[in-house]
Amino acid sequence: MRVVVVGAGVIGAASALALARAGAEVVLVDRAGIAAETSSRCEGNVLVSDKGADPAVRPEAELAIASNAMWRSLALELDAERGDGPATELEAKGGVVVAFPQGAAPLTAFAEGQRSIGIRAEVVDGAALRALEPHLSPEVELGVHYPDDAQVQPSLATQSLASAAMRRGARLVLAEVTAARMRGGRIVGVETTSGAIDADAVVLCAGPWSGEAAARLGARLDIRPRRGMILVTTAMRQRVFHKVYDADYVGAVGSADAQLQTSTVVESTPAGTVLIGSSRERVGFDDRPALAPIEAIAAKAVRLFPFLAETQLLRTYAGFRPYAPDHLPVIGEDPAVPGLFHASGHEGAGIGLAPATAELIAHHVLGSATALDPAPFLPGRASLAEVAA
Amino acid sequence: MSRRHVVVLGAGPAGLAAAVAALEAGARVTVLDEGERLGGQYWRHHEAITDRRLQHGWERFERSRDRIAAGIAEGRAVLLQRAAVWRVDVEPLRLHALVGKPDAPGRRRVVVRGDALVLATGAHDRALPIPGWTLPGVTTAGAAQALAKRDGVTVGTRTLVAGAGPFLLPVAQSLAIAGARVVEVLEASRLPRHAAGWTARPWELAAAAGKGLELAEYARSLLGQRTPYRTGSGVVRILGERRVEAAVVARLDRAWRPIPGTEREVACDSVALGHGFTPRLDAAIQAGCALTEAPPGSPRFVVADPDQRTSVDGVWAAGEITGIGGADAALAEGDLAGRSAAGTPHAALAAARRRRDRTDAFARRLEAHAIQDGWSSWLEDDTLVCRCESVEAAAIVRASGSASRALRLATRAGLGACQGRTCGSSVEALCGERLGLDARPLLAPMRIGELLGGSEATA
Ligand SMILES: Cc1cc2nc3c(=O)[nH]c(=O)nc-3n(C[C@H](O)[C@H](O)[C@H](O)COP(=O)(O)OP(=O)(O)OC[C@H]3O[C@@H](n4cnc5c(N)ncnc54)[C@H](O)[C@@H]3O)c2cc1C
Ligand SMILES: Cc1cc2nc3c(=O)[nH]c(=O)nc-3n(C[C@H](O)[C@H](O)[C@H](O)COP(=O)(O)OP(=O)(O)OC[C@H]3O[C@@H](n4cnc5c(N)ncnc54)[C@H](O)[C@@H]3O)c2cc1C
Repeated sequence: MRVVVVGAGVIGAASALALARAGAEVVLVDRAGIAAETSSRCEGNVLVSDKGADPAVRPEAELAIASNAMWRSLALELDAERGDGPATELEAKGGVVVAFPQGAAPLTAFAEGQRSIGIRAEVVDGAALRALEPHLSPEVELGVHYPDDAQVQPSLATQSLASAAMRRGARLVLAEVTAARMRGGRIVGVETTSGAIDADAVVLCAGPWSGEAAARLGARLDIRPRRGMILVTTAMRQRVFHKVYDADYVGAVGSADAQLQTSTVVESTPAGTVLIGSSRERVGFDDRPALAPIEAIAAKAVRLFPFLAETQLLRTYAGFRPYAPDHLPVIGEDPAVPGLFHASGHEGAGIGLAPATAELIAHHVLGSATALDPAPFLPGRASLAEVAA
Repeated sequence: MSRRHVVVLGAGPAGLAAAVAALEAGARVTVLDEGERLGGQYWRHHEAITDRRLQHGWERFERSRDRIAAGIAEGRAVLLQRAAVWRVDVEPLRLHALVGKPDAPGRRRVVVRGDALVLATGAHDRALPIPGWTLPGVTTAGAAQALAKRDGVTVGTRTLVAGAGPFLLPVAQSLAIAGARVVEVLEASRLPRHAAGWTARPWELAAAAGKGLELAEYARSLLGQRTPYRTGSGVVRILGERRVEAAVVARLDRAWRPIPGTEREVACDSVALGHGFTPRLDAAIQAGCALTEAPPGSPRFVVADPDQRTSVDGVWAAGEITGIGGADAALAEGDLAGRSAAGTPHAALAAARRRRDRTDAFARRLEAHAIQDGWSSWLEDDTLVCRCESVEAAAIVRASGSASRALRLATRAGLGACQGRTCGSSVEALCGERLGLDARPLLAPMRIGELLGGSEATA
């Protein structure tokens, strides 16, 4: 069985690996290269802390819990295969979500819900909180420690996933997919800028461009870009030890508001730089460095860690989170185009959700076994159709 | 008379000439430069220390400075020194600057609005990586020159000057005047036949471009010191335990590949490396100006029309960012850009255009010194190319097959403190691919706290 995977971001690379492992002949097609887009313009958080237990978002929380565990074993395997240095830079450092006085009650309530679905979330305050993060502002009243939050270096991890797929026979084609090849109402391949590729199935992992790419393949999918900006400091002595967020992070993820929103996420990388993210804005694919989000992120970061005021800023970057109207990933066969499978709409969690998404894709395309529940992510779900109509 | 407000970024020869010309044309002018003193690279100086023999065209500098001072007195000019411009918006035109000593707290955040912008951000000097180039005692030719000119300090007592281009000559002279012994000057290019005389009498060739006098002086000072000037030669390895003790010098072929068997050791305690200049394009890129095409590793420049207008409405460019042409070209371009930006019509600029065109000869002459691909063959696997992040040549070559941004992140080459200002072109040359290392969202380093608390505006 031959499968064309469109897009070599983290979702396409992980899917290619899962499919190749399950015995498919994989052709990975990307117009820009491996990890050339969103998967290298993001942070590599593999989180459970930001996933809520509300019924509307609970499926994603469960996917995230499973995917978080998968990343750990995958990272070990990829490291062993690569042999010459870390393949993902997985760091299981844990996260700390903190609240200023007004925010303490909602945060502890949120954490309680999370514990009920199996997320480890320990409320910490006073000396225990300062022991975790000694440089936090004295204004911070309370925190929740999530020992299972982790991070990977996203572009490196994506490349390692793609390389592992290629070692199992996957082929990389650098070309743009322009149209579908159809026979008897089924997709049987793609047209690209460097020729046609026949396939028994096509998996579309085009990130924020998935809507446009789906249209080229004769399908309808409502995926849009939501810009995020990140600040990077110069390398310094480590003073931030976990991923530290303020509690408004939780509110911004599910919000439908188009306006600029920020919630601070501060973390240090193995290179010694501190990454400060991030904003959420609906401004199409505009990647000019905007001023307002940078200022807003900076203000919140300094409120969390006052020492950051004196820290040198090196650069900023922007990426586009691919989001679906109901804020859940879209994983499964297209209802109108048999043979076409979607894996997109991961919004701000595509890195974390990649291994579980790949397992679901292997399940849908090849019938491989999975313990995950595919139903909430199917492209034909009601919450997608309503808004797209 | 013009009623425009012309904002000039950069107070080197090009920016100063633009500011003076715009004032003459009646405009209001604001000049911003991050330096402590006016003059840019060419007129880098210190009031008390700088040896006058090291300054050329100084009267022109003084006239420009005085004209701007007069403009300030008339209330038509504003000069912001130690003003690091970290962001340029063009719609509407706004320059965001931090004013004050870079490492002191309490820099002022200022936003300058205007009707027209002249970009005159100049160039950095470029040094190619060479095994051993991270040893103490190795500097860029520009840094050696700056120390000598501004601070009267030398980098060592026996200095080898190596690289490409006529700039090596003033560097050698400055070092000599500041008290160092320049053991050799090595020019990597084998100058083409029509320029062969450059070798014997470097001063004659540039006479047409008005550089004659200046270069003649440099050559005299070399002769006085009995310093050999060798073309088709370069440093291929720098030796030393804790600092520079010697350098291996070899003949280079036309592509700048070392010729086996020609290596010899030269005793020295310092090496000044200069392989030409890299234009400071980041402000122009942020403004959206179109650039020329060039292979990875070779400089691109801002595209300018006959009146120095860029592709972006309301933005002009002058000096090294439009092509490496030296100070005379920068002055002539700045003059033209300043007049045009102030609103002088094309037809009234014929004389200024002719003055600018006369400087082209020297710029063309410089092309004979362009960096050739073969330089990478003197690298060792473990030669550091990106010094900020300690990335070795082999790692960059290995990663060169992968997609652009992913590669940058994976090797970290060009991502360190200098943001690719030093190594960007070399990294791109080794990758055989442009990585966008010359585009910077922040044009100058700043503290996070400096983004808070709003800014004062000047109109
Ligand atoms: C600022 C920011 C911070 C983030 N932080 C995190 C985080 O901490 N943790 C986390 O899990 N997630 C995070 N995310 C989200 C994460 O980056 C994305 O969910 C994820 O990278 C999406 O991966 P992808 O493979 O779907 O898309 P991409 O990486 O964008 O890959 C899609 C690929 O498809 C290719 N393509 C598109 N159209 C075509 C076509 N027609 N033909 C051929 N190729 C095509 C593109 O070239 C591209 O390479 C963040 C996002 C942003 C913007
Ligand atoms: C180190 C060095 C030494 C040189 N010495 C000589 C020499 O001795 N003789 C010779 O003929 N040529 C010399 N040159 C060549 C020189 O580039 C030109 O002769 C001439 O200085 C070019 O003028 P310019 O106005 O284009 O640029 P520059 O003289 O480089 O002036 C550019 C100005 O812009 C300012 N600037 C740039 N970006 C910003 C920003 N974001 N914010 C605020 N200010 C900014 C800089 O501070 C600088 O003052 C030297 C070049 C270098 C790099």
